[in-house]
Amino acid sequence: MKQFGAFVKKEFFHILRDPRTVMLLLIMPVIQIILFGFALTNEVKNVNIAVFNSDLSIESRIITERLSAGESFQIKKYLHSHTEIPEVIEKGEVKLVIVFNKGFGSDLRHTGKASVNVIADASEPNLAQSALMYATNIIRASSQEFLKGGEVSSAPRVEPSLRLLYNPQLKSAYNFVPGVMGMILMLICAMMTSISIVREKETGTMELLLASPVKPFGIIIAKTIPYFVISVINIATILVLSIYLLNVPISGSLFWLLFISFLFVLVSLSVGMLISTLVDSQVAAMLISGMVFMMPVILLSGMIYPVENMPKILQVIAQIIPAKWFIAGARKLMIQGVDVVYALREIAVLTFMLILFFGLTIKNFKYRLD
Amino acid sequence: MYPVEVVGLNKSYGKVRALNGLNFSVNPGEIFGIIGPDGSGKSTLFRILTTLLLPDSGVALVDGFDTIKDYKKIRNRIGYMPGRFSLYKDLTVEENLKLFATVFNSDIKQNYYLIEPIYKQLEPFSGRRAGNLSGGMKQKLALSCALIHKPSVLFLDEPTTGVDPVSRKEFWEILSTLSKEGITIVVSTPYMDEASLCTRVALMLKGRILKSDTPADIVKSYTRELYSVKSKNISGLLKDLKRVPEVKSVFAFGEHLHLSLDPGTITLDKINEIIIKQGYRDVYINKIFPTIEDTYMLFSEEDFKNGR
Repeated sequence: MKQFGAFVKKEFFHILRDPRTVMLLLIMPVIQIILFGFALTNEVKNVNIAVFNSDLSIESRIITERLSAGESFQIKKYLHSHTEIPEVIEKGEVKLVIVFNKGFGSDLRHTGKASVNVIADASEPNLAQSALMYATNIIRASSQEFLKGGEVSSAPRVEPSLRLLYNPQLKSAYNFVPGVMGMILMLICAMMTSISIVREKETGTMELLLASPVKPFGIIIAKTIPYFVISVINIATILVLSIYLLNVPISGSLFWLLFISFLFVLVSLSVGMLISTLVDSQVAAMLISGMVFMMPVILLSGMIYPVENMPKILQVIAQIIPAKWFIAGARKLMIQGVDVVYALREIAVLTFMLILFFGLTIKNFKYRLD
Repeated sequence: MYPVEVVGLNKSYGKVRALNGLNFSVNPGEIFGIIGPDGSGKSTLFRILTTLLLPDSGVALVDGFDTIKDYKKIRNRIGYMPGRFSLYKDLTVEENLKLFATVFNSDIKQNYYLIEPIYKQLEPFSGRRAGNLSGGMKQKLALSCALIHKPSVLFLDEPTTGVDPVSRKEFWEILSTLSKEGITIVVSTPYMDEASLCTRVALMLKGRILKSDTPADIVKSYTRELYSVKSKNISGLLKDLKRVPEVKSVFAFGEHLHLSLDPGTITLDKINEIIIKQGYRDVYINKIFPTIEDTYMLFSEEDFKNGR
């Protein structure tokens, strides 16, 4: 135990004597959150829209007028046929097309029910979602006014039927918070840990320690502790920033969000330890953790592109990426705010991965040089 | 019981035979030198003895413990200084020493008397990071770290390589003090002149031991007559002497040539005559006693002739 303490102390010395790296590790999440946060502003202002009105009733005209009345939308084009709809969206002239089908006005008057088609270009999902919300609100508000005569029902009867192009799930704008967490924790825990263990092999200190009575596995566990501490600090930084800077509240249980985060930290640390047992040079450790673990985290974990939209083969590969499960679980617990039972599958998979990677590390661990 | 005993040790890396049937044993309290050029298998031998590598076949015992089965027991009682500087460069001198004391379940005070003569010199720099020490200082620190738990056997792999002559001399003085404390020392070196400082030496070449004996007896096994030749044009003389059929070998040895002859084949006067005839002036020839290096050259030459 005294030995273990001495090694943990030594690891902190290593890290603290390289202040540039410490700063980088601690500031990185701040920069990422701010960058993503400002890149993803969701203010709807002067969004270009097109209207295809084949109904030409008073109601549809009033709604069209209302849409263009505020600062949110600007009607750029009035369309005359269905075939023009994909054209204007593909050209990027408009973000939204509002379609009133024939009979909209009379349906509304006689049955109290009518539908408006709203077609959105969701290649910019956050903008599309906000624009849709604005449009929906305007349509609902106006149609409620028509019914104020009170004869049919008090409930709004115009149901906008939405059709999203390119990104049907329309992921939440704040999905990137769990994503940034997943990426940074993987970077610190897997990459930094594996590099720091392999460095001991490269500089020959591992040779010296192996020839001593120290339990070599203890040395490796001691290596993970400072990175665990840095990870905890980073989790706190990211959560505080997302609550107070981005106004993304933790809608679920903080306890379970922290639980799944720590679980993921442990999985990442075991990935780092596993890599260190497989390679002998820092460059190799960096390449493996970078290419095999980091790149997929960014591309396949659903942080940028939704997993469901990927080709089948990539979806299968994505399943074995720990960050994918963490991000999915953290989204549920943080953004959707659902009960922990809905994240049990993610927790189970991460626990399984932790046991698997840790087991492989122990199995691969060498008590000699060859 | 020998502190180190090696029987029929073999180790290959792919097709390269690093160790080829080694046999030797080290007596308690002696300084046992393993002498050989780079690539002769010294480091591989050290790594097997320190339980870091497994031999392909053969047995290596340290303090009577098998390096394969009882590796944990061996790791408790040996001190090891690898061939290159392997301490933490970003830790200070004192932090390194403390860490390694803890590693061996010891502390600095317990065996301070052992490292005192070495550590005294390091003390003014105790707050300096190990990476910023000079070459000689680094080796002294590494030795202190390897000694801090008073090991029964100390393995030093080329401790004086890349160290200045003054520090080298000091280092060997320290080793002789340690051996008087009863610590068995196995030390490797590529410098032949350091061989005479050992109690016994093993001459290694291409994974085999050519000869293992005391430095004095090794020199005695030199069967030829050896002469030192000095002249103005050393390189020309070297070429010309090589052409004389009776001359067994000529090597440049600093400012001299070392010339060996089989006893009774040619007289010194005859050699002198040949040299003068070829126009060399101011030639001095003296019969000399062979050094370890001369003997090593002879053995490796015979080894080569035996087609190995």
